[in-house]
Amino acid sequence: MSTTTLPPAGKRTEPVSAPDRHTSDRAKSERKLGWLLAGPALAVMLLVTAYPIAQAFYDSLFDYRLTDPENRSFTGLSNYLVILTDSLWWTAVGVTALITVVTVAVELVLGFALALVMNKALQAIRPVLRAAILIPYAVITVVSAFAWQFAFDINTGFVNSWFAWLPGVDTTTDWFGDFGTSLFVICLAEIWKTTPFISLLLLAGLAQVPEVLQEAAKVDGATWWQRMRRVTLPNMKAAIMVALLFRTLDAFRVFDSIFIMTAGANGTESVSFLAYRQTISRLEIGLGSAVSVLLFLFVVLIAFLFIKGFKVDLAQARGER
Amino acid sequence: MPSTEFPPRRARTGRSRGLRALGAGAAAVVLASGLAACGSDDGGVPVLNWYINPDSGGQAEIASRCTDAAEGRYTISTSVLPREASAQREQLVRRLAANDASIDIMSLDPPFIPEFAQAGFLAPVPDDVAQRVTEDVVDSAIAGSTWDDELVTVPFWANTQLLWYRTSVAEAAGLDMSQPVTWDQIVQAAQDQDVLIGVQGIRAEALTVWFNALIESAGGSIIAENSTDPEEIQLGLTSEAGVRAAEVMRDISNSGQVGPALSTANEDSTATGFESDQGGFMVNYPFVYPRGLAAVEAGTLDQATVDDYAATVYPRVDADTEAAPPYGGINLGVGAFSEHPELAYEATECITSTENQAYYFTSNGNPASDSTVYEDPEVLEAFPQAPVILESLELAAPRPQTPYYSEVSGGLQREYHPTASIDPEQTPQDATELIEAVLRKEQLL
Repeated sequence: MSTTTLPPAGKRTEPVSAPDRHTSDRAKSERKLGWLLAGPALAVMLLVTAYPIAQAFYDSLFDYRLTDPENRSFTGLSNYLVILTDSLWWTAVGVTALITVVTVAVELVLGFALALVMNKALQAIRPVLRAAILIPYAVITVVSAFAWQFAFDINTGFVNSWFAWLPGVDTTTDWFGDFGTSLFVICLAEIWKTTPFISLLLLAGLAQVPEVLQEAAKVDGATWWQRMRRVTLPNMKAAIMVALLFRTLDAFRVFDSIFIMTAGANGTESVSFLAYRQTISRLEIGLGSAVSVLLFLFVVLIAFLFIKGFKVDLAQARGER
Repeated sequence: MPSTEFPPRRARTGRSRGLRALGAGAAAVVLASGLAACGSDDGGVPVLNWYINPDSGGQAEIASRCTDAAEGRYTISTSVLPREASAQREQLVRRLAANDASIDIMSLDPPFIPEFAQAGFLAPVPDDVAQRVTEDVVDSAIAGSTWDDELVTVPFWANTQLLWYRTSVAEAAGLDMSQPVTWDQIVQAAQDQDVLIGVQGIRAEALTVWFNALIESAGGSIIAENSTDPEEIQLGLTSEAGVRAAEVMRDISNSGQVGPALSTANEDSTATGFESDQGGFMVNYPFVYPRGLAAVEAGTLDQATVDDYAATVYPRVDADTEAAPPYGGINLGVGAFSEHPELAYEATECITSTENQAYYFTSNGNPASDSTVYEDPEVLEAFPQAPVILESLELAAPRPQTPYYSEVSGGLQREYHPTASIDPEQTPQDATELIEAVLRKEQLL
């Protein structure tokens, strides 16, 4: 009697990759083709992203005013020193962080709820529902900011008269006259605009949760909340983290809504707004570039923290592994 | 009177020209296909590009009239700039810094003219043109067109703020509006009658306009000692006049008669307040009158309300010192990189002719800088306030004339906003320290 021995589970035999010197002609040719295919895209990426970043860093080392190019002079890191010792910079960082935390947190909860609705919606209405939820994301941010500004404006808005029954709101409420109320409207506009984006990413994550696990949990008598906590969320972790990463990076660069609604009044300046004011309004290319470089470093730091700190795996989120 | 000492304007170096030419060349390659259809010399007739601020179509009509009058020597094509003056300046500066030759004529807000002139962005005004375009022009418009004792732009239309009031309110308060009035009297009358005082407290250029009028009316200036070296500029905010201006601004803001949204009030929202039942007094530009008439036509305002409108010269800070009302408007600059500067200056003379200024005044509500326009019966019929506007323009004071206007105005707005929180002892000092640090590039704005 013969016996069959299966290889131990989890110990699959992998083809041993040959050392480079033994790379076959075919592998070499494939690698070359890969570079040929990806090369142009890489070159374009370098041209439109790496070059401006390098140029901004180079400009940030100079005292350089756009209307006075002849007097441009190398000042080393002094622009960075000016920025980092200015209380306005740290206030702007604080405001930006506050907007980021508030909007991303609310968007995550709301976006998840919308994703659940879209996931469970009847097949017949699902496309319509998705399109309807996506509409705010399709609106240009400047247009959305104007719409919210007009809605809350003390003269042209309807919010004061519609919500006069709420405590603290009446026809004389000047939403853009104080820090807190200004920021409230700015956050509201941001949340309305970008929640659809986060909900779409989460919907993709929901679709990846194996139905068989849900059914097994149901058979075991798990409640809806238990299934959500023990099955759905753990299986969606990668999608959630990617959604958070993308939105955090985006939210930290908030500009349009502030520019339209308050123009930085009442201490609502964000880091991007400071970069705009130094570069475009003051025409101080050196100082403005330094603000932009610092903003870039913040964004890199956020991405690094998410990817290394929270172990976000972008490839896994895309279903590549 | 601020003293001014200016070094000669810089000439552009060959290197920077070369770099710019390279940049412009690269941009040209990209844009060539898209712009091919809009060539500037179709049929050999030069096309002059006139970058205009948004209006009610008046500048486009004038461009058409001047094209006809040129009888084939040139045609004028208009392109509309952004709505805000600061955004207009940002767009033009960026393009001129890249030696944009497509900019032939520009409608410029006066406070930014020194910056354009100092940077070498404006083609020199020929002497004969300078002489012709300043004939019969109000002094404030000439001052606003001048930099470094030289006329650098062509005065077009000149705006000024008036004190608008409801006749019934002034009568009830016992104010004699045929005599100059002070801010204190206005506040008192508004409190007695429980009506609104319309002022612009928004953190924007309008705030600088208001503050400049107050400090100039008090006998001072935002810039006490001018210079092209930003580190040499001496501010006058902590002077007696500066402190007095801060006091007046604070007192008006805390009078209880400025409405619930002073910190976001601009020219439009104050006009809205003036049109309401609570309207009493307001400092604003002449556009509010045609705006009121349009509202009557649209059925949103009673004719009786507009009939109650009246205007006089800007309020005084102190009874015995003449008011210095705000000066604004538009002057025409010719681009330094224009391929047709002579034709462009010829066109500016046509654009600013007495007939065209009268047309622009009556059709678009923008007052002329040419004083003879104010004798035109059609103008007087359309604008009963025309004589007051002319009187105000003769008294008007420009805002600080410096290539660093954005820094000065931006710093001022940051410290004086919200106006209700101004501390006359501290705010001028804080603003001075901030603006000086910003000019030294030691602080962000």
